[in-house]
Amino acid sequence: MTDPVLSVRDLRTHFFTRAGVVKAVDGVSFDLAAGEILGLVGESGSGKTVTGFSILGLIDAPGRIVEGSVMLNGTELTSLPEAQLRARRGRDISMVFQDPIATLNPMLTIGQQMRLAINAHEKLGRRAAEARAAELLTQVGIPSAEARLRSYPHEFSGGMRQRVAIAIALLHRPSVIVADEPTTALDVSIQAQILYQMRDLAAQTGTALIWISHDLAVVSSLATRLAVMYAGRIVEQGPTATLLRDPRHPYTAGLIASLPATSKPGEPLAQIPGTTPSLLSLPPGCPFAPRCARQTPACTEEPALTIEADRGWRCFHPVGQMHEEPA
Amino acid sequence: MTAFVKIDGVSRVFGPNLTTGEKIAAKLGARVETRSVHAVSDVSLEVRKGETLGLVGESGCGKSTLGRLIAGILPPSSGRVTIDGVPVMTHGVKATTRVQTVFQDPFASLDPRMKVGDTVAEGPITHGLTTRADAASYVAEWFRKVGLDPVWADRYPHQFSGGQRQRIAIARALAMKPDVLICDEPVASLDVSIQAQIINLFLELTRDLNLTTVFISHDLSVVRHVSDRVAVMYLGRIVELGPVAEVFGTPAHPYTDALIGSVPKLVLDGDELVRFETIKGEVPSPLSPPAGCFFHPRCALATPECSRDMPLMRPVAGRAEADTRAVACHHSEQLVPG
Repeated sequence: MTDPVLSVRDLRTHFFTRAGVVKAVDGVSFDLAAGEILGLVGESGSGKTVTGFSILGLIDAPGRIVEGSVMLNGTELTSLPEAQLRARRGRDISMVFQDPIATLNPMLTIGQQMRLAINAHEKLGRRAAEARAAELLTQVGIPSAEARLRSYPHEFSGGMRQRVAIAIALLHRPSVIVADEPTTALDVSIQAQILYQMRDLAAQTGTALIWISHDLAVVSSLATRLAVMYAGRIVEQGPTATLLRDPRHPYTAGLIASLPATSKPGEPLAQIPGTTPSLLSLPPGCPFAPRCARQTPACTEEPALTIEADRGWRCFHPVGQMHEEPA
Repeated sequence: MTAFVKIDGVSRVFGPNLTTGEKIAAKLGARVETRSVHAVSDVSLEVRKGETLGLVGESGCGKSTLGRLIAGILPPSSGRVTIDGVPVMTHGVKATTRVQTVFQDPFASLDPRMKVGDTVAEGPITHGLTTRADAASYVAEWFRKVGLDPVWADRYPHQFSGGQRQRIAIARALAMKPDVLICDEPVASLDVSIQAQIINLFLELTRDLNLTTVFISHDLSVVRHVSDRVAVMYLGRIVELGPVAEVFGTPAHPYTDALIGSVPKLVLDGDELVRFETIKGEVPSPLSPPAGCFFHPRCALATPECSRDMPLMRPVAGRAEADTRAVACHHSEQLVPG
C-alpha cells in the first residue's frame, strides 16, 4: 500500500467561548490516498467544516487546534509557521467553499483573480498565466474560456461561478482539495454536471478530494470512502458501498433509513428521535447514546474504535453484525 | 373528483421597477433594462379536496411564485385562483383565511421579538377563531398537535432549533384552520434526521385534518414521498402533470426524465452504486427565454418544430382525460408510447 498523501491523527479543534469550551472536532483520524475521494458526511454542527478548515490551518480565535497531527506529503502542518503554511495553501492543498459569491472578488475579473492565484506560488508571465487559466476553465467545463477571463463574477451563473472556484483550486495541481458543500447552493441538474466533472478531474490529475456534505446521496455518488461525523467525531468510516449496504453505527443506519428515497411513498419515515446535542454540554461517553435505540449503561463510556478489514466504527452495540458473511 | 382549488390561466409578470429618471433615460435611448420576467405563464391546475399536489422544478422555475399566487400573497397579473368556488383575492387583496402558508426558512418567517405563543395566537384572535382570554389554551392545543411542549409558548424564536421553529410555523398556519396549506420548501433548511421528523408530522396532520396541500420542493425524493400528484415546472410553465408514481416512473417530458436522472441516488443493493445522468447546459434567463419550447436548447429530442412552436399541455398518449396525465411536449410519444 502506498503512503497516504494526507494523514490526520487524533485532531482536536476546540473553541474557547465565553459560554464554555466547544469541542467542535474531538479526536478525528483518517488517511487519504492519492486520487482518492473521501466523503465527509454529517449534520450541521457535527464538525465536518471545522475539520476541513483545521486541515488547512484556517481556524481563527477563539478556536485553536489543541491536539493532533495533520501530515501532508510527510510534512506536519499543525506546527508550521503561518508564512510556510501560506506557501503550501493553494499549491499543495486548496479549498473550495460552499458559496462562490463570497469567495470570488467582485471587483476583479476572473482572469485577474486567476493570475493572482498563479503568481502567489509561481512567477509566470501574463500571457503564460492567462493561457494556464483558460486551460483550467476549459477543463472544468466553461465554454469560450479565453473570452470569459475578462468577465466579472456577477456575469456568471451560480454553477459557472462554482466551476471558476474549482478551476482556481486546481491551478497548481494540489495533492489535496478540501471541498466544503460545493454543490449545496446549486440546482440538481448543475450539481450533477459538477459532480461528474470532479470525479473525472480527480481521476485525471491524481488529486485527492475531501468532499464535505450533509447529503448522503450526493457524496455516495462521488466518494470512494465515507466518513460519518457526529458531535465532533468520526463515528464510522469505510468504503462507500459497504457502509451504505451494511452500516454498523446506529447513527449511520438511522441516517440512511430516514431518507425518503429508502422508504415507501406515503409511509412514515424512520426517524432519529431528538436533536443533535449542544457541543457545550455533551453527554459523557457515546454522544449519540441519548438518541439511540440500542443504548445500554455501557454507553456512558466512550466507545473505542473497532477496526475490521477496511472499515471502522465507534459503537458498543453495532448494527447487523450477524448478517456478516455472505454465503 | 371535482376540483377544490382551481387555478385558472394564472400568470405573473415582474417588471423592472424603473425610477422616473430611468424611464426618461430609456426614452432617450440609454441602456436601461426594460424587459420583464414572466415568472408564471398561463398556468391552469386543479387540486382536489384532501389531495397533496407536489410542485417541483429548479430555482427560478416559478414554483414559489405560483405558491404565493395560490396563497393569495401575490396578486396574479392575469387569471384567477378560487378555493371551493370562492376567489382567493378580490381587488388585489387576500380575501380568505382558508389558505395558509408554511415557508422555507423558519428563522425568517417568525418574528424574533414576539413570543412564539403570541405569534401562533395573533391570526386566530384577529379572525375570531378564539378570544384573547381563550388564546392560551387554543395555542396549547396546537402546540401539542405539532409535537411541542405547550409551556414553550412563552419563549422567543431564538430559543428553538430549526426543526422546532418549523413546527411552530406549522402550528401558526394550522391554527387558522385552513382548508388549503401551501408548503414552500418546508424541509429544505433542515438536517436529514430532523427532515424526517417534519415530513412524518406533515403526513400525519394532512391526513388527520383532511388538508388540501400544495407541496413545493426542489427535492424530488421528498415530493415523491408526500404527494399524490405532481406538477413539474420549467421557466414559469407546467411541463408535466400526473400521479406521482407515474410521472416519476415513466416521465413523458424529456425535462422530467432528465431531472430525475440527475438526482444523486442511494442505491443499496449490488456492489456498484447507480450512476446518474446530467442535463446539458443551464436554465436560460427568464428575461429572454428561447422561442418555441423553452426546453429545446437542452433537449435531446428537439427537432426544428420545437424551436418554432410552443407545445401546449395535452393528455399523455393513450390517456383520455386531460387531467389524469398531461404533458407539454411535441415528442412525448418517444418517451411514453401509450
